[in-house]
Amino acid sequence: MKLTLKIWRQKSANDQGKIVDYKLDNVSADMSFLEMLDVLNQDLIDKDEEPIAFDHDCREGICGSCSMFINGRAHGPDRAITVCQLHMRSFKDGDTIYIEPWRATAFPVIKDLIVDRSAFDRIQQAGGFISVNTSGNTQDANATLISKQAADTAMDAATCIGCGACVATCKNSSAMLFVGAKVSQYALLPQGQIEAADRVKNMVAQMDLEGFGNCTNTGACEVECPKGISLDNIARMNRELMKASI
Amino acid sequence: MATLDSKIPKGPLADKWTNHKNKIDLVNPANKRLIDVIIVGTGLAGGSAAATLAELGYNVKSFCFQDSPRRAHSIAAQGGINAAKNYQGDGDSTYRLFYDTVKGGDYRSREANVHRLAEVSTNIIDQCVAQGVPFARDYGGLLDNRSFGGVLVSRTFYAKGQTGQQLLLGAYSAMNRQIGRGKIKMYSRHEMLDVVIVDGKARGIIARNLVTGEIERHSAHAVVLGTGGYGNLFYLSTYAMGSNVTAAWKAHKRGAFFANPCFTQIHPTCIPVSGDHQSKLTLMSESLRNDGRIWVPKNMDDVLAIREGKLKPTDISEENRDYYLERRYPAFGNLVPRDVASRAAKERCDAGYGVNKTGEAVYLDFAAAIQRYGKEQAHIKGLDENDKTITTKLGRDIVKAKYGNLFQMYEKIVDQNPYETPMMIYPAVHYTMGGVWVDYNLMTTVPGLYAIGEANFSDHGANRLGASALMQGLADGYFVLPYTIGDYLSHDIRTGAISTDTKEFDEAEEKVKSDLDKLINNNGTHSVDYFHKKLGKIMWNKCGMARNEKDLKDAISEIAELRAEFWKDVKVPGTAGEYNEELAKAGRVADFLELGELFAKDALQREESAGGHFRDEYQTPEGEAMRRKEFQYVSAWEYKGEPKDALLHKEELVYENIEVKERSYK
Amino acid sequence: MGGFFKSSIGRKVAMALSAFFLMFFLVQHLSINILSVFNPDLFNEVSHFMGTNPLVQFLLQPVLIFGVVFHFVMGFILELKNNTARKVSYVKTNGASNSTWMSRNMIYSGIAILAFIILHFIDFWFPEINTKFINGDWSGTMEGVEGFRYHEELTHKFHSHTRTIAYVIAFVFLALHLLHGFTSAFQSMGGTAGRKKTLQNIGKAYSIIIPIGFIFVALYHHLKYVLE
Repeated sequence: MKLTLKIWRQKSANDQGKIVDYKLDNVSADMSFLEMLDVLNQDLIDKDEEPIAFDHDCREGICGSCSMFINGRAHGPDRAITVCQLHMRSFKDGDTIYIEPWRATAFPVIKDLIVDRSAFDRIQQAGGFISVNTSGNTQDANATLISKQAADTAMDAATCIGCGACVATCKNSSAMLFVGAKVSQYALLPQGQIEAADRVKNMVAQMDLEGFGNCTNTGACEVECPKGISLDNIARMNRELMKASI
Repeated sequence: MATLDSKIPKGPLADKWTNHKNKIDLVNPANKRLIDVIIVGTGLAGGSAAATLAELGYNVKSFCFQDSPRRAHSIAAQGGINAAKNYQGDGDSTYRLFYDTVKGGDYRSREANVHRLAEVSTNIIDQCVAQGVPFARDYGGLLDNRSFGGVLVSRTFYAKGQTGQQLLLGAYSAMNRQIGRGKIKMYSRHEMLDVVIVDGKARGIIARNLVTGEIERHSAHAVVLGTGGYGNLFYLSTYAMGSNVTAAWKAHKRGAFFANPCFTQIHPTCIPVSGDHQSKLTLMSESLRNDGRIWVPKNMDDVLAIREGKLKPTDISEENRDYYLERRYPAFGNLVPRDVASRAAKERCDAGYGVNKTGEAVYLDFAAAIQRYGKEQAHIKGLDENDKTITTKLGRDIVKAKYGNLFQMYEKIVDQNPYETPMMIYPAVHYTMGGVWVDYNLMTTVPGLYAIGEANFSDHGANRLGASALMQGLADGYFVLPYTIGDYLSHDIRTGAISTDTKEFDEAEEKVKSDLDKLINNNGTHSVDYFHKKLGKIMWNKCGMARNEKDLKDAISEIAELRAEFWKDVKVPGTAGEYNEELAKAGRVADFLELGELFAKDALQREESAGGHFRDEYQTPEGEAMRRKEFQYVSAWEYKGEPKDALLHKEELVYENIEVKERSYK
Repeated sequence: MGGFFKSSIGRKVAMALSAFFLMFFLVQHLSINILSVFNPDLFNEVSHFMGTNPLVQFLLQPVLIFGVVFHFVMGFILELKNNTARKVSYVKTNGASNSTWMSRNMIYSGIAILAFIILHFIDFWFPEINTKFINGDWSGTMEGVEGFRYHEELTHKFHSHTRTIAYVIAFVFLALHLLHGFTSAFQSMGGTAGRKKTLQNIGKAYSIIIPIGFIFVALYHHLKYVLE
């Protein structure tokens, strides 16, 4: 198939950046979206133009590197996938595809389609952990029983890959789905409860400091999340913070 | 010349680790503050080591090329992690895990290391649960286990199909706590490009900031490599796009021996290549083989008809199907170990029976399992067991509950519904057992330079068992290195901070810069990927699942030629002083082009078949791997300039606690 | 606690709390309005009580005004803050693929409602304040009207086509605002999954019934006038 690509090009963080048009022929339906970009990049290199920079690594939907806003949607048209899992059969011959980086003040563009998501790391550093040292003498793993339901719900929250699609898609650039998922994972497990109050306060404070917007419960994040993280996690975080503050 | 001293402690196998821990030197807490440790890589091994060393009080500098430590490729491990907890009461024990690992590795791993691994395996689970890793649990609230990879007990702990992710996020959270405390200084989007050796000891690294292109000097009292495996040598693999050998290879060039490079694991259940554009292969958990039957058509006419789209696999009758694993290995059938299953698929495809356009795919069929489960369910529900519509529906529900996410993943990639038509699979490079040679303390042949996790060679011999990679990575990082490194660092408490303003750092930085400049200014005609793909083809065709003398010799000369061509003709756009992925890739491929040749050289000298290494010349009359006693050693290569000049050192492997037997899966 | 309301989540909670208060007020307002249709005398009685009772006038009314002002001001503050969270916007967006129009446009439905409230104050509240506080007339009567004046004043306002249309449009915006706002408030307060479906249904019912009630009252009086 033949495609017209409208891709955001930006040389560096301080550069203005603009949409540049590219034509690409011979795209196979079996290609992944990133492989289509690989083909374009090879063309560009052959033509002595600079290839398009984009984050990608595992290419199997788990590392959370890839981050593109495709035709107005985080990770493109299909549900519950990352860009690397999006295949060209989701597009038609002659389509025009807009490709933009995640947009959020807290995610500044580094180059082209690459953004800096270290704000997520800093939120985790503020409290996204259980304070337990490695000793080899920790209590036996089966000493504390955890109901299957709690373990499964914690797991559902823990599947977050930290890609930032929630922020990218949210009209307010809110990071609450991401933070809510981490707060929930620990809040649901007995191991996490000892530090629960401090954790939620510190993580929310850091989230606010990073400049993410407020949640207005549009639910877009849940729809676009490649791992289907539920909005319930935001509700749980709200409860946890109220509990911790009152 | 450095010599190989594995430093295995004396005494009975079961007491070695405890005795060793009791005897090694420690660093007192006040002095740990004076000591810096560099850890490159933030996967399970590097991440867990960084967190633990920081908890102990060392100043840790941690490096990863990804934008966040959480994205290291350990995250992609699906199945689970082994531990000899014996929670299921099915007869598991430290010894049995030790035994299974040595046997699974085809008797090419070190007894003492493997036993230690089995010992600390239980601590890993305790530690991870305490960190909040949400392992699967049963209805009673206890941890659940599954069986894995043809062993006789259920010792695999898992978190859905995302165990690697959960364990890595656990280590990442432990790191975050230390980053928050200031005990770990994190350098993301940084790539290590050389080790700096001062007075014979590893004292720092040269790293490139991948965002700005700046070359940076970092010093420390010890350097740890947790940089993973080198499977991307094959271009197509289940590794992440960025996975590379550069850190390990630079260490090798600075004096660290590289061990068993030819021991590579090829995983049988991956999604086949669909075309030339392919950048990466996707693995599907081998648990699929519990219910899927593997086959190709018996008749060549059917194969051709399928390829032309005139026949569908479901049109082929039972008697015209060749369930070749069941035919060749009646006892284990579709559940033979990974290496055996992979080779058998290659054998059929080489004979021309591959079922996709490229001729490199076999079927993995769930129709029988769907009917079997369907009948069972129909019986339970009192429905008609002979009504195929009912049994198909009920059976599909069961299969969906067990493998739903994998089926969905397959459908997304291939666009075929595996509930209705058999899956197509083909083997892909998945893990490298070989790596930097380390002694019992995980130290390489360079003092103060350590290698942990997949980056080292130590525990899996010639073949790794399923769910053991995660175990080894975390064992090294949480429970082994933090002890053994103290023994070395205890001699450094008076050294003081290491200056980066020395001639050794000057020299290393100059070398890095000139290599980068050479790549940037080369102005050749072909992109980096062009060379990488070519290298991958040579590796896959001549050093892949089955190897022989002629192919290996050809590979050696072809790789050397390709390397020369690369340096003459590679084209790297942009500059060195900016974000430049092509430049980063070029550096990595340059190293693969050297490693590839050593790989082939290693495979050539190993005149036997063992685990993932299969030599056509060394097989039993039935076509099975033939191990040879005279090759019961680790091949550790010393760098001497060109790969062809690499010098072989042998570490003889002694088995005192286990009887060396033939592996048989008949 | 002070820190809590400064946090992003605390502000959400404050929005939700003021919303709950306003939603309760809507129920109360509508129930009195409905009386104007079915029982004008009772409507007058209740209106007089509400208009003259010191508790209502000096405690509840300021609270209500504070609630309204707070909800609007906070809404605007959050909107501004959210806009700074994305300084460079996308060239192409497709919000409809993952969220409702209502949820994405609360600020616009809110502004429409604010405009309506201003109109509504000009129509009813300012004259009322003028009568009672400037002129000091707390009798609730007016010349030429038997008994209390409230019903007469109300019906008189709906003689105008324009006003009636404006009111109806405003209530449609109110419905749109509530269709997202009702469940959103519960979500902000930490409403859980188990109750979600029921909550959504209650929310839909509330968001449609309340505005339709107001529309009904407005149209009733208007049509009654037109037809007579």
